[in-house]
Amino acid sequence: MSEILAYKSAERRSETFSYLPAMTPERLRKQIAYIIAQGWTPAIEHTEPEKSFSNFWYLWKLPLFGVRAIDQVLSELEACHRANTAHHVRLLGFDNYTQSQGLAFVVYRAGAR
Amino acid sequence: MVSASGTQKEIVLAEGTYQAGVKDYRATYWTPDYVPLDSDLLAVFKIVPQAGVPREEAAAAIAAESSTGTWTTVWTDLLTDLDYYKGRAYRIESVPGDNTAFYAFVAYPLDLFEEGSVVNVLTSLVGNVFGFKAVRSLRLEDIRFPLAYVKTCGGPPNGIQMERDRLNKYGRPLLGCTIKPKLGLSAKNYGRAVYECLRGGLDFTKDDENINSQPFMRWQHRFEFVMEAVHKAEAETGERKGHYLNCTAPTPEEMYKRAEFAKSLGAPIIMHDYLTAGFTANTGLANWCRENGMLLHIHRAMHAVLDRNPYHGIHFRVLTKCLRLSGGDHLHSGTVVGKLEGDREATIGWVDLMRESFVPENRKRGIFFDQDWGSMPGVMPVASGGIHVWHMPALTAIFGDDACFQFGGGTLGHPWGNVAGAHANRVALEACVEARNQGRAVEREGRDILTEAAKASPELRIAMETWKEIKFEFDTVDKLDAA
Repeated sequence: MSEILAYKSAERRSETFSYLPAMTPERLRKQIAYIIAQGWTPAIEHTEPEKSFSNFWYLWKLPLFGVRAIDQVLSELEACHRANTAHHVRLLGFDNYTQSQGLAFVVYRAGAR
Repeated sequence: MVSASGTQKEIVLAEGTYQAGVKDYRATYWTPDYVPLDSDLLAVFKIVPQAGVPREEAAAAIAAESSTGTWTTVWTDLLTDLDYYKGRAYRIESVPGDNTAFYAFVAYPLDLFEEGSVVNVLTSLVGNVFGFKAVRSLRLEDIRFPLAYVKTCGGPPNGIQMERDRLNKYGRPLLGCTIKPKLGLSAKNYGRAVYECLRGGLDFTKDDENINSQPFMRWQHRFEFVMEAVHKAEAETGERKGHYLNCTAPTPEEMYKRAEFAKSLGAPIIMHDYLTAGFTANTGLANWCRENGMLLHIHRAMHAVLDRNPYHGIHFRVLTKCLRLSGGDHLHSGTVVGKLEGDREATIGWVDLMRESFVPENRKRGIFFDQDWGSMPGVMPVASGGIHVWHMPALTAIFGDDACFQFGGGTLGHPWGNVAGAHANRVALEACVEARNQGRAVEREGRDILTEAAKASPELRIAMETWKEIKFEFDTVDKLDAA
């Protein structure tokens, strides 16, 4: 049996996919494609890290209704990040059938990478 | 009266005339021409009759004894309109591959049952009739609750969507763990185990069902230490966490006291055992949860006593429907792949009954009736029992996102402890979800997906090494009756 590794304490996480290595551009594109293929509406939210526990982050513009191009979603994510470099930025897929979110994950973590 | 010899007494209940005596059930309760109403409650029983009892008579007897009938004519029958109130056996089918048993379909008028009371429905349908001598064995296979009845029941206090919104968890199954050893830990040591699991990446931990308030750990002490663990893990990880505080108690008064205390500590979720505690207690607690913004996790101790014998008892799909009506946000469903009984198609059948708003008849999954749930929220199935990281791809494929996977030994048994075990499970889960979203065949490519993910997670790598040979490959005892 290999030696026990000490667990890194107090590492902040951010729900779905936050236990995987940081998203590469290629992996990010595939998740955006998945949101679009499900018929969900992509949307972008951002917040100050200290307020991230709230249900309500700032909505970036409006949900990207009708947007079906991966590049357009990517460019909005980048625009949000450029305008809010100290914020977490997350991508959601609004599912209007369940009135919930089909997917949500943080794309830019403030203070990381 | 069931006449094994086939001889019938000549006494017939004449219109408006009272003639004492007994008569064959089928004269009154076997109505093959009857077309069930949308408002009827329908049931299908698997019957093994005593030797010599014709199928129609046995089916009619079940319809009679579970509705208006008794063994003899009574004069007070004439004071009501029994044709309006009686249950009717309206169809008989052979059980595929089994000539000892047959299916009897019975329609019950809605007015036989108190609104919003699965207690009342079960008292009729699985009451005295199950001890009836004319049948050797009897199993309630399915119930179609008419939408009119569904709308009288409270149902899940929150439902799947509300749970996701409360907990901020989207696009993936939830992860839990039952704290072990299930009996004997002190409150502080128990809270330590909770804390390690939650900070390692689980969403939930769970009281074992056997944990109520024993001398080694009284409930107040457990609640206090556990909630400190939950709050600290939330603060450290930035994620929302919960622990199913078991409020199952000897009396309803005590149950509510524990629920109130859990709320006062800021707990997001409590737990109840709906069969051992009973449907009255469960429905009451579900109503309390709805009024108090509390999620309700439901355990199913005793279910296998009722549902495992293929010839006698109550099928789990019926117990599932009854729980959804009584109220609960989580319900244990079996895993298909772990250590506990569960045929894959049958499990998917009752998982659909927990989550979907309309479930069509599908005999391949053991579903005998269309079931319309109307606007009733869904219950999240909980897969628990002998599962570990290697099962993650199959679990993701079978259950999809709206489920909670609970790894007890599969978390706590990690060579580096709970925190590493929790972390390994979370990495494995997210890797499977990401791969699925990429269009990969998660179940078939499971080994590759986990192996790739383990490159960035020593915790997962060790978990995979630890459990690589553990499988539970016993055939199921209760198989579907396939054609």
